[in-house]
Amino acid sequence: MRYRLWRIAVFVAATVPPLYWLYCAVFGLLGPDPGKVLVDNLGLGALILLLITLAMTPLQQLTRWGGWIAVRRQLGLWSFTYAALHLSGYVLFIVGLRLELVLRDLTERPYIIVGALAFSGLLVLAVTSNRFSIRKLGRQWKAVHRLVYVVLLLGLLHMLWVVRADLAEWLAYALAGGALLLIRLPYIAMLLRRAGAAWRENPKKIEI
Amino acid sequence: MLIRVPPLSRSLESEVTLESVYLSRRKLMQASLALSAVGVMPGWARADTQGTYADAEPAKAPGWFEEKLSGTRWQAVVAEGESITPFKDATHYNNFYEFGTGKGDPAANAGKLKVEPWSVMVDGEVARPGRYAIEDLIKPHVFEERIYRLRCVEAWSMVIPWLGFPLADLLKQVQPTSAARYVRFETLIDAEHMPGQRSGFSLIDWPYVEGLRLDEAMHPLAFMAVGMYGRVLPAQNGAPLRLVVPWKYGFKSIKSIVRISLVDQAPKTTWERIAPNEYGFYANVNPQVDHPRWSQATERRLPSGLFSPNVIDTRMFNGYEEVAGLYAGMDLRTYY
Repeated sequence: MRYRLWRIAVFVAATVPPLYWLYCAVFGLLGPDPGKVLVDNLGLGALILLLITLAMTPLQQLTRWGGWIAVRRQLGLWSFTYAALHLSGYVLFIVGLRLELVLRDLTERPYIIVGALAFSGLLVLAVTSNRFSIRKLGRQWKAVHRLVYVVLLLGLLHMLWVVRADLAEWLAYALAGGALLLIRLPYIAMLLRRAGAAWRENPKKIEI
Repeated sequence: MLIRVPPLSRSLESEVTLESVYLSRRKLMQASLALSAVGVMPGWARADTQGTYADAEPAKAPGWFEEKLSGTRWQAVVAEGESITPFKDATHYNNFYEFGTGKGDPAANAGKLKVEPWSVMVDGEVARPGRYAIEDLIKPHVFEERIYRLRCVEAWSMVIPWLGFPLADLLKQVQPTSAARYVRFETLIDAEHMPGQRSGFSLIDWPYVEGLRLDEAMHPLAFMAVGMYGRVLPAQNGAPLRLVVPWKYGFKSIKSIVRISLVDQAPKTTWERIAPNEYGFYANVNPQVDHPRWSQATERRLPSGLFSPNVIDTRMFNGYEEVAGLYAGMDLRTYY
């Protein structure tokens, strides 16, 4: 397997935060409401990992290094894992396992509905990320996996609706997400490839 | 001659329990229940001697506070069957957006707040308007300790021993006129020491404004706090003077008050201005009326452990049902 060490490094880097949070929670370092902190951290972690996943293709175009693509699927699966833990944390710590309350949230609260939709999207992507699905779906696979852009928008909307009073943090993620979507427009993607080529020829002189 | 052989089990007239004693058995049972409740409380939750809390960080208090402290009526109101939230949690898990939106921001940033000297502007429909130094505002009152439940609109809650005096006493001191219908409160503006007020992306239009209907404000449970856990208020908890309205969501209990106005119309409060469909003027704790984004049926009583989540049912008016009369005939779904 190519980029073996690099893949392992990414795996370890993605495993560390949840384990660290768990350690903090066990030793009372997350304050009096550790469940809520954990749920918030995992949700934000899922969003950040999704943004990183979406940065892999533009980075590859810019640098031509195959390592970016080698870890793309893994990062996407990590985003799904964080989201799944975020969801379990919500059911366990926020609603205290009262399923009738989960059901009510799911039917009444827009931000929960949007979050659930985003998670369903991630679930579809995760389930169809194996080699068997890629072969079986053929051409459609790419179309299915464009769902990731919808998931990103839903995730950002989910976060926006949780914000109570200060938009600064949300804006930072929204801008990053917007930039990653813009970069995929054919014209901008071409410019990016050209800039990458120019940089490889002469790292000192870049013109876009 | 009739010889009466009394049964061994007879009772003498003198052994009959007095009616007053018999009727007071409830009090006795309540007292013993309360005692056993104290018994099961963890050590940090118990006041060893009145007004001292082992886990509370001591602090240097202004003279006007120290003078009043010795005359305090300790435990004037208690929360039966509740354990008091650890001091560390009550002072390091706060919503005070003037210092940032994170729960730890107030504790981290409030240290620079200058609370001495402090004065409060009293204006509007009052017979004695003016700028009152906090010393003069406090002087006529006797401190009371009140242990209240605090229910945040975000569905977490605590139990806190406040020190202060009834809001009604302060209002009587400044004498509202007959035109006064509402009380409007305002928090300090001090962008230099309050980093949250410097944020360019904040949705809040400073200063923070809250309000009560005059009859709500005159209710004996409405309280002005200057201390907690037997000591002066920490800055992050709203020093030097804050409101505590235990039957309403926490955001009504405005902190670091610099202005109190008696007005004839309902003031537009801060959260009402940002999201009127989410935060009403009344904001009474009500498990039947959900926040549009989350349920209010339950709450996380803090501290809530990761492996023992402490999720409990929320009570109408946060368990202070004696205020129900204030809202007789009102549809609390409309006036949330």
